[in-house]
Amino acid sequence: MTADQLAALSDTLFSSSVGLYSLAVVAFCAQLAFGRRPVRARELVGSGAPVEPGAPVEPGATAASGHPVDPPAVRRWGRVAMLLTALGAVAHTGVLVARGLATDRLPWGNMYEFATAVVLVAVVAFLVLALRSPGLRHLGLFVLAPVVVSLVAIGLFLYVEDGPLVAALRSSWLAVHVTTAILGFGVFFVSGIASILYLVRSRYEARGGDPAGLVARVPDAATLDRVAHRTVVFGFPIWTFAVIAGAIWAESAWGRPWGWDPKETWAFIAWVVYAAYLHARTTAGWRGRPAAWVNVVGLAVMVFNLLYVNMVSTGLHSYGGVN
Amino acid sequence: MSLAAPPREAAAPPPPPARPSALRRLGGFLLRQWRRLTAMRTAIVLLFLLALAAVPGSLLPQRSLSQANVSQYFTDHPTLAPVLDRLYLFDVFGSPWFAAVYLLLFVSLVGCVLPRALEHARALRTPPPPAPRRLSRLPDAAELPTPLPAADALDVVEEELRVRRYRVVRRERGGQAELSAEKGLLKEAGNLLFHLALLALLVALAGGKLWGYEGSILVTEGGRFCNSFQQYDTYSSGALVEGSDLTPVCVGLEDFRAEYEEDLTAASFTADITYGPPGQEGRPTTIGVNDPLRVDGDRVYVTGHGFAPRFTVTLPDGSTFDDVSAPFLPTEQSTMASEGALKLPDLGAGAEDQLALQGFFAPTGVVRDGILTSIDPQPLAPQVAIVAYRGYLGLDSGLPQSVYSLDTAQIERGRLTEVGSANLAVGESMTLPDGTTVTFTGVREFAALQFSHDPGQVWVLVAAIAVLVGLLGMLLLRRERAFARAIAAPADGGSVLGVGVLTRGSGDGAPRFAALTDDLRAALAARAADRAPSDGAAPEPEASPRDR
Ligand code: HEM
Repeated sequence: MTADQLAALSDTLFSSSVGLYSLAVVAFCAQLAFGRRPVRARELVGSGAPVEPGAPVEPGATAASGHPVDPPAVRRWGRVAMLLTALGAVAHTGVLVARGLATDRLPWGNMYEFATAVVLVAVVAFLVLALRSPGLRHLGLFVLAPVVVSLVAIGLFLYVEDGPLVAALRSSWLAVHVTTAILGFGVFFVSGIASILYLVRSRYEARGGDPAGLVARVPDAATLDRVAHRTVVFGFPIWTFAVIAGAIWAESAWGRPWGWDPKETWAFIAWVVYAAYLHARTTAGWRGRPAAWVNVVGLAVMVFNLLYVNMVSTGLHSYGGVN
Repeated sequence: MSLAAPPREAAAPPPPPARPSALRRLGGFLLRQWRRLTAMRTAIVLLFLLALAAVPGSLLPQRSLSQANVSQYFTDHPTLAPVLDRLYLFDVFGSPWFAAVYLLLFVSLVGCVLPRALEHARALRTPPPPAPRRLSRLPDAAELPTPLPAADALDVVEEELRVRRYRVVRRERGGQAELSAEKGLLKEAGNLLFHLALLALLVALAGGKLWGYEGSILVTEGGRFCNSFQQYDTYSSGALVEGSDLTPVCVGLEDFRAEYEEDLTAASFTADITYGPPGQEGRPTTIGVNDPLRVDGDRVYVTGHGFAPRFTVTLPDGSTFDDVSAPFLPTEQSTMASEGALKLPDLGAGAEDQLALQGFFAPTGVVRDGILTSIDPQPLAPQVAIVAYRGYLGLDSGLPQSVYSLDTAQIERGRLTEVGSANLAVGESMTLPDGTTVTFTGVREFAALQFSHDPGQVWVLVAAIAVLVGLLGMLLLRRERAFARAIAAPADGGSVLGVGVLTRGSGDGAPRFAALTDDLRAALAARAADRAPSDGAAPEPEASPRDR
């Protein structure tokens, strides 16, 4: 295939992955919707009992997760949704692979490719979590919906044609730096969503909200808190490494390891906020909701760094390629 | 499970009776403040303050990044800017309040982490504490009945835990055999390493700033500079640097090459330079973007490039200035359209007036409607659009002026007047009204070179690696204590083995505890089978769970 065909293939795959993820969102919705039915049925019977595990199903289905065992329809939709997500992730990977082949370089040389890769990492992180603890599949809608929105926005506002890298970006340290930044960002993305849901869910639990509502189908607050923390624990060293690799590269490209360029400043701010989150998680008075808010602020800083600093401010990191 | 910092407030001294002396009150006050400062919640607040303090540094122009942007801000906001300036908002990262936040943070860090380190050092030498009375209260606990007698059952547990790298102590309490074990003390060491390495990082950065310097200069092909502050276009140096400390070296630029892709994306910039002590030939070497010269703590970087158009100026009296040139600064990187000025302050004996050319340079020029624009960053068809001025340049007026442009004040005052303008391709000339001819003879490339000396850099790298190693140790290792107690079950000569585990650190302990109890069950069963009077059958060797 020629470079042009590969680039066109990449664009087609982009649309395909958005389509597949959208279908996955529908399936995740169905999963949540059907999940409520047995509860309503029981209410009609008048048991009035709090949400209990549904009808008994084959043992071992969700034994370890401690999550209520789902009725078969729910699990069927859940499986379809997971399959669609996985297919979407394959197409999504194809977007970057085809770009990389078309341009003969790592496919994260501009903001379009960078952001696309971050979203892919978020999807893969979700898939890994959901495969390891099936109870977390109920997060699907809340991960995939922002994923679809982000991808559509990326396609509309950040899209750039494939092209070679400018000289300053041709460095193996850059490859290390950007790759790890993408990994860290994608993992923080999932973590932030878990914390947002934690904030919603913990209020619901404190108030004893509607047991038939959507929030009732979300994993419980303790699980969400654990997911948020585990992902930050995973992402924080990666982000630390990304910042260090960036400094090593900046030393050779710009003549100083650290110069408080806006992008560097915001990477530092994000790092400090996530450090604060890790502290908050182990400090009396900060555990729970305050810590979750810190994590949400961390994600906001990451997104701000991607959008504002690349597009509005001027700095050495102006590789955005968006005019 | 993670544990919070020890409850320090509770340890505060009780209020002394009667009227304490002023000294004691002051001591008590300081102690309270110190404890407040070194509490974890203070650390969180300080971390937030640090993040917040960095924000204006990215939203407002900073002197350290671009003096020009700051000046522009002053022009755009004449009333606001001086106020912001008084608050150090254009030098955020060098401001006293930013320093105050991070110094407080680091004082807090030392006060928080060092006591923990001492405690940790003690913990390394003391055996794990006795088992709690009720093992079932632990987050992960189980009871395993076994036909083995109590002591044998604990032997099995001990073996199983030692394989998992626990330190194990056996105790006898109240006639019951029990066991305490501990592992993962490295987690605490990681915590300590991480926090102290952060401190080391700060010290290394500060040291590099104090003893380091950097100078920037534009060098045209064939030109050279020596490492002294007088030579640099701009330089900055740490408080502890003296001019005489500068490494005595000179750098010459032999050749500069910029290569481009088909779509005119810059592919590489390389400069052939010579580097050596003054008065010597210098060693030839090649540097480029992402590929500086590094010698003994000194660095030479290529930070930019551009073109210096060359002119020959012939005065009416026949005297010529051959091959004079000045660097024109690129205003647009994609096409290398550049602007600059060539000043000829001394036109020879008796000449009152001075001459200057100011204008626009296009490496590949196209003239549309009389306007010259550049369409390619490579010097394929160089052209200049220049305006010639004659009069007084104001160079000796005492006010500093840019070498890349004329002093507009002199033009406004009418002391410098325009005497001609033209678009010239290589080889073309223009003649001024007085008969002076200006010929555009070609271009040379120049490189923006930066000479840096940062003795802290290596230590910054070492500290950064230590930060990462400490972080991984702290986050990935788990600190665990395991306890077991075997209670004899008189009925059958066996015992009931209680096991409990306390985990500190991330992750879910339940699956690992399940694996431990599974292995214990298998080991207990295997040991019991060994001890059972055999019916003559050979013991099964593969029964040991250790081989898994
Ligand atoms: C430069 C600022 C600091 C940074 C970036 C930082 C970062 C971190 C990180 C990432 C952790 C890991 C948390 C975890 O295990 O999940 C941690 C743990 C810890 N930090 Fe800091 N820290 C800083 C300052 C401080 C200060 C000022 C204190 C004391 C007041 C402190 C005390 C601790 C303690 C005690 C832990 C262990 C928490 C535990 O194991 O439960 N840190 N720090």
